[in-house]
Amino acid sequence: MSILSINNVSKWFENANGRTEVLKDINLEIAEGEFVAIVGFTGSGKSTLINMIAGLTSPSAGEILLKGKPITGPGHDRSVIFQNYSLLPWLTVYENIMMAVNEVYPTWDNHQKDQHVLSMIEMVNLSHAKSKLPKELSGGMRQRTSVARALSMNPDLLLMDEPLGALDALTRGNLQEEILNIWSKDKKTALLITNDVDEGIFMADRIIPLNPGPNATLGPEFVIDIERPRDKTSLNDNDAYKKLRNGLIEYLMDLGAQNKSGHKEELLLPDIQPNPPKRKFFFRRA
Amino acid sequence: MKTGTIDLPKNNEKSTFNIGLVLTNMSKKIWDGLKPKSSSKVIFTNLFYVSLSILLFFMFWYFGAKALYNIEANALIEAARKEGGDAAALKTSQCIYSGDLACKPNALPSPADVWNAGKSLYKDHQVLAASKAKFYTDNSALNAQLKATGQKTMVYTGRSSFIDKALKSLFTVFAGVLLAMFIAIPIGILVGLNANIKSMFNWIIQIFKPVSPVVWFLLVYMIVKTMSKSINMDKSFMISLISVSLCSMWATLVNTSVGVASVDKDYINVANVLQLGFFKRIFKIIIPSAMPMIFTGLRVTVSVAWMVLIAIELLAQSPGLGSFVWEEFQNGANDSNSKIIFAMFVIGIIGFMLDKIMLAIQHSLSFTK
Repeated sequence: MSILSINNVSKWFENANGRTEVLKDINLEIAEGEFVAIVGFTGSGKSTLINMIAGLTSPSAGEILLKGKPITGPGHDRSVIFQNYSLLPWLTVYENIMMAVNEVYPTWDNHQKDQHVLSMIEMVNLSHAKSKLPKELSGGMRQRTSVARALSMNPDLLLMDEPLGALDALTRGNLQEEILNIWSKDKKTALLITNDVDEGIFMADRIIPLNPGPNATLGPEFVIDIERPRDKTSLNDNDAYKKLRNGLIEYLMDLGAQNKSGHKEELLLPDIQPNPPKRKFFFRRA
Repeated sequence: MKTGTIDLPKNNEKSTFNIGLVLTNMSKKIWDGLKPKSSSKVIFTNLFYVSLSILLFFMFWYFGAKALYNIEANALIEAARKEGGDAAALKTSQCIYSGDLACKPNALPSPADVWNAGKSLYKDHQVLAASKAKFYTDNSALNAQLKATGQKTMVYTGRSSFIDKALKSLFTVFAGVLLAMFIAIPIGILVGLNANIKSMFNWIIQIFKPVSPVVWFLLVYMIVKTMSKSINMDKSFMISLISVSLCSMWATLVNTSVGVASVDKDYINVANVLQLGFFKRIFKIIIPSAMPMIFTGLRVTVSVAWMVLIAIELLAQSPGLGSFVWEEFQNGANDSNSKIIFAMFVIGIIGFMLDKIMLAIQHSLSFTK
C-alpha cells in the first residue's frame, strides 16, 4: 500500500511575464517503509517538489495524497531536514529539539519530553554538545541536530532536501552512513532529494531522476536491489552497483546533452582566409 | 558504524528556564564586549595616541582660553580708560591681574577653572548630603511617629546637589527609554508583521520622526498640564520623561519593524513545519530573531534620549543636568561658566558610557560569531 501518492502534479509560478513552469505531470507512489531518492540537476525543481509534499507550498494542478488524504498544509506527520539546517540560532541543540517535541507531543509531561529529547540527541551522537548553540557547532553537527529534530517528531514520512549538500565529502560520507543506521532501526518512509548519484544509490531502495526543467518530469525509476546494510568500500566492486550507476549517469548525461542541444544555435562563421605572409625585403633571414 | 558507548550524565540537566544562569551568561557576554580585544602592544600604541590627543586638546583649550581671556581683559581696561582715564585703567588692570574675583573678565574658563568648579560642586554635594542626613536623623522620631499613624512622612525639600541632578537625569532617561520601549517595540512588531498596519502607521512615523524635541516638549506640556489637574504627579518630571520617550522612540520603532519584517525565511519554514500558533510564532521565532535589530534601535534611542534630555530638562525645569546648565547660565556668577563646562564633560562622559553599555548588550545578543 502506498503511503504517499503524487498524481499528475504540476507547479508553476505566476508573474508579470506570464507563468514560469517548474514541474509538470509528476506521478510518484511511495510504499510504506520505502526509501526513495530523487536525483536531478540543480535548479530542476527538486526543492519545489519537496516543499509541496511538506505542505509549505501547494501544487498548481494535481493532488498529493498522504495515506489517502490530500495534503493541505504542513503537518506533524511529515518532517523536513533542510539543506541549510534551519536551526534557530538563539536556542541550544537541546532547546531546538525540545521545541519540536513540545509542539508534537503537547500532552507529555516534562520528564517524558526530556527523556525523548535526550534519547534523540544520543541517537545522533551529540550528547556532549547538547547545550551548545548552533554557532558553536560544525556543519555536520548542525545537520545531525537537524536530523534529530526531524526524527523527534516521529513522522510517517521523512523528507530530506539535499540534507548533506553543504557538507564536505568526508563528513558527508559519515553522515550518510549514520542516517542510514538511524533509518534502518524503524524503517520510516523516507524521501531523499539529492544531486549526488552515489549518495542516492548508497542510501535508497529506488532512485528516480528528475528531468531538468522547465516543465520538469520524473524519469524512469531505477530499482536498487543491493542488500542492506550496504558497505561503501565493497559497493565499489559490486556489479549491480556498477551497472546501476553507469546506467543512471548515462541517462542523466544524455538528458544534460539533450538539454544543451535544445538550446543550440547554428553559428555561421564568416568566410575569411588568413592573409598570406608578405615578403619582407628587409631583415630577411639568411 | 559508530560503536562506543555514550555516557549520559547521571543527573540529567533539567530543561527548566534558569533566570540566574541566563543573567550570569549575559553579564559575562556583556563584560566580554567591554573588554579590550587587542594585544597589549596594540593597546599601548592606542593609549599613546589617545593620551597625545588629550594633551593636544587641553593645550588648545588652555591657550585658546588664555587668548580669549586677554581680549576680554583688554576690553575691560579700555572701557575703564574711556570712563575715568588712565588712572581708572591702571586700577582695573591691577585688579584683574591680582586675581580678584570681583573684576575677573567673564570669558571661556580655562581647564584649571573647570577642574576647580568640579571640586567645588563636589564639596557642595558633601555639604548638602550632610544637611540632608542631618534632617533625616533629626526628624527620625517624628517620621516614625507619622508613619505609625499612617500619615505622610517629612521629606527633605532642600536644594539638590550636582550629583543628585545627574542621578535625576539618568533616572529620567532610564524611565524615558523604558516608556519608549513599551510604546515602540509592540507597535514595531505589529508594523513589521502586517502590511496594512504598516500603511496605517507609516505616515505617522514619517511625519513625526523629524519633529524637534522642543516641539514635542510643547505638545506634551499642553497635554500634561491638563492631565495634572486631576492627577497628582511631579509635573516637570512627567513632562520631561514623556517628551524624551516621544523624541527617542522612533529609532526603536523603525528598527523593530524592519527586524520583524526581515526574519530569515528558514525560521519561518521551521515555524510552518512545526505548525506553531500565532503567539508562539511571534514569541519563539520572530521576536528572538529580531532581537539584535531591536537592540540596535534601542542603542540609538538611548543616545538620542540622553542628548534630547538636556534640552527638555532645561525647558521643563525638571531638576536635572539640563536645568542645572540653564540655571548656571542665568546665575552669571564668576564660576558659572566653569560649572557649565564641567557639566558639559559630565554629560558627555555619561552619554559615552551609556552608549558603550548598549553596544555591549547589542553584541551579546548577536547570533553570529
